[in-house]
Amino acid sequence: MMDMYDKYEPVIGLEVHMQLLTKSKAYASDSASYGAQPNHHISPITLGHPGTLPRSNKAVVEFAVKLGLAVGSTIRRENQYARKNYFYADLPKGYQITQDTTPICNGGSITIKNQEDGSSRTINITRIHMEEDAGKSIHDQDPFDTLVDLNRAGIALLEVVSEPEIRTSSEAYQYLTEIRKLVRYLEICDGNMEEGSMRCDANISIRLKGDKVLNQRTEVKNMNSIRNVQRAIDYEVKRQIEEVEAGRKIAGETRSFDAVHGTTYAMRSKELANDYRYFPEPDLQPILVEQDYIESIRNRMPALPQELFHKYTSTLGLSEYDAALITDNKQMALYFEELIAHTSNFKSAVNWMMGGVKSYLNENAVEIEGFPLKPAELAALIQLIDAGKISHTAATQKLFPAMIAQPGSNPESLAAALNLLIESSGDALKEWAEAAIAKYPEKVAEFKAGKTGLLGLFMGELMKQSKGKADPKAADQILRELLSI
Amino acid sequence: MSNHPTFLAFRTNLEAGKTSCVEQVTYFLNRIEERKSLNCFLEVFGDEALLRAKEVDERVRTGKAGKLAGMVVALKDNICFKGHRISAASKILGSFSSIYSATVVERLLHEDAIIIGRANCDEFAMGSSNENSAFGPVLNPIDEQRSPGGSSGGSAAAVAAGLCHVALGSDTGGSIRQPASFCGLVGMKPTYGRISRYGLIAYASSFDQIGPLTHTIADAALLLEVIAGADGYDSTASSLPVEAYSANLNPKNKPSVALITEFMNDTRWDREIHHKIQKIVKLLQDNGHTTGEASFPYLDHMVPAYYVLTTAEASSNLSRYGGVLYGYRSPNATDIDSTYRKSRSEGFGPEVKRRILLGTFVLSSGYYDAYYSNAQKVRRILRDKTNEILEKFDFILLPTTPKTAFKLGEISDPVTMYLEDIFTVQANLTGLPAISIPLGTHSNGMPFGLQLIGRKFSEQQMLAFASELEAL
Repeated sequence: MMDMYDKYEPVIGLEVHMQLLTKSKAYASDSASYGAQPNHHISPITLGHPGTLPRSNKAVVEFAVKLGLAVGSTIRRENQYARKNYFYADLPKGYQITQDTTPICNGGSITIKNQEDGSSRTINITRIHMEEDAGKSIHDQDPFDTLVDLNRAGIALLEVVSEPEIRTSSEAYQYLTEIRKLVRYLEICDGNMEEGSMRCDANISIRLKGDKVLNQRTEVKNMNSIRNVQRAIDYEVKRQIEEVEAGRKIAGETRSFDAVHGTTYAMRSKELANDYRYFPEPDLQPILVEQDYIESIRNRMPALPQELFHKYTSTLGLSEYDAALITDNKQMALYFEELIAHTSNFKSAVNWMMGGVKSYLNENAVEIEGFPLKPAELAALIQLIDAGKISHTAATQKLFPAMIAQPGSNPESLAAALNLLIESSGDALKEWAEAAIAKYPEKVAEFKAGKTGLLGLFMGELMKQSKGKADPKAADQILRELLSI
Repeated sequence: MSNHPTFLAFRTNLEAGKTSCVEQVTYFLNRIEERKSLNCFLEVFGDEALLRAKEVDERVRTGKAGKLAGMVVALKDNICFKGHRISAASKILGSFSSIYSATVVERLLHEDAIIIGRANCDEFAMGSSNENSAFGPVLNPIDEQRSPGGSSGGSAAAVAAGLCHVALGSDTGGSIRQPASFCGLVGMKPTYGRISRYGLIAYASSFDQIGPLTHTIADAALLLEVIAGADGYDSTASSLPVEAYSANLNPKNKPSVALITEFMNDTRWDREIHHKIQKIVKLLQDNGHTTGEASFPYLDHMVPAYYVLTTAEASSNLSRYGGVLYGYRSPNATDIDSTYRKSRSEGFGPEVKRRILLGTFVLSSGYYDAYYSNAQKVRRILRDKTNEILEKFDFILLPTTPKTAFKLGEISDPVTMYLEDIFTVQANLTGLPAISIPLGTHSNGMPFGLQLIGRKFSEQQMLAFASELEAL
């Protein structure tokens, strides 16, 4: 018999709110920085005092256009703001300024990868719109009262709404990981779900596999990590299947995720939900986003992870694994980009990144920003190896640590000072070769008798004598000469 | 005695050293006391005004005074003045004091005007009679049985009674022009966006404009040129440069004037006001002006469209008054929900509640299209049709009000009261500038105004033409 859970297919759409890294708030000049004393970033505008009016922060539009371009949205020219009306203590004006019927971005998509079989899927984006955050209600600090911190009130947000095309919790995980990577590359949001600067609500329903209908959905909130979004979806899908199998109806409601128990519970019924009475915000003129403005932003767009991944795998011939590791983190990718601007030995560049550089970062628990060598210095090291001036072994074991110990020094001079440069001049080579031959007189006879495989033995000894500095080619030549006499 | 009803008359004497700001303020403070029963002021800043008068006198003496030096101004109690209480004539704001000044107040103070007090008005500027103030109605100084009009009734009555030189009001559907007409004053609603709304307590954001109430066009022109202009705090304020209105009051041309056929042919309107218009038209023709009739068959659509849209905006604008962050909080509240419910039920007056309910209804899902969307469409049509007339004529000439000031308590039905706005809402629906000029006295002894509506940002031409009409 088929497992009852296998009969169903989850239908998931995600709404992602991201706090923008603008200096000031969306409609007031108050600082938007995180971590200030409660209620210190508040002006009469943030407080919604009588007579105050919103002032548009142009950076919000710029950030929205950046994200829209990055996911391939259509950018709207005439942007109206709307008011979403509801009463709450952390909403000083009694309404939130948002966009209703005219979101700044329509369409676009995020490509996700199946971690198991490596296949790709495209998740379409419905819309991205600009809005302001509410303040923060703190229920657990005072035994009697709810405390309100309005520092967050008015901070600029973008909301990204996906089509209900996500089918598994791991796809949701991938989708959020990609979005977070993207906004970090764009430097428009720090993507920190633990601090709430990126938040996700999941709209979840189920249907029998093969059905096309969209069934009653629930909205699940309060997941403070990407992992918890995955857990919440897993639980909620299972719960819905069990409800339906037990002959019960799914109630349209908003549910909260309980991270301790890994469950969801009902917060409020959708039927009792607010009628938000959206209407055009009369205090703000529509903002016009002209084509040349969009182009100026397009021209200043940073490289994006998908593009870099494609470039590394197709043009540079890197493996998908290596390319994924490098593009996973923007600063890492930027370092690599600069590195390959200084050397054309891409393979070696990747090996250094995955080898020496990565080990250093792991051992010292730092990010790439904390790595002491500039990409140009690392490239110079690669250059020394490629030019045959230093052996790979000497480079990894001696020179690389020495460069890290003395960042900013010239790798070649440093190698010379450490006596690591390969010797290809006759005299020194000849001396080492003679010493190597002299060490094994009986092997010389065997060699001369035709056991040519012994050349490796002499070579090894020569290298030992030279402490790795001998140029292998020249050494080979001189050994053959000396042994053939 | 230093009775200078107009600011210009006062300034002449001040400059001639015949009077002082202190003397003028003292005079007004005495007058305010004498006419306390009019209920014009919710608060008089007596000591502060005297102190400031002293400072301005000193600046006048040293030749450093601003262009409004010694102008004594009453502020409608919906315009914020830092460190002073503001109530919008409502109980809901409790003892709230503003922590910033409106842009217009900053500009007045910068030019050395003296603010003498907070003028009574209809609660949240909602009303046409000043009977909706939580602090009692204002009486018309010309006939105390009558209403001074609303919502800027306290502002108008204070100027008319000689309690200050000028006053600022706000006009959402006629709230400056109708009281000006009832009290025999000049009242102007400039083009939407001409004056910053920052610091004006919002009633209906896409309609509200601050404007002057004065005895003369000259005072209005001077006041307007100081308070108008771009403001980084109001994105709906125009960046168009402000002309030197007061220096250009001599008409440079002969503007043409349109009369609305549907009004001229309708006998239900007051005959004396009607005749006065005809008389003015004759005089204008004699003076070489072109006049003509234009059809505008939409009079009956204006008031409904106006009330749907303004109440919708008001329902949202007034959401911030809930007893949570500031203002009145019901002592009977037990939780967040009852804080909102009880504070708002106890704090707002009946007319404000009526409009919040109406506005909430017209925005609610299922009714939005039938009411709000349709009213927006009507607004667009009214604007287009009005602009069509103004492509052919420089100004539209209309009565300001259907009748002269009615008696307090005379109109109890809200819809009848709303219809008092029939001639004034057009300028707010279309965003166009309009001015009421005191041109007539009725056989009942009460004054009435006639109204000009002009093209967007035609304040310069409008004030010049109004001063020609004033002199007729």
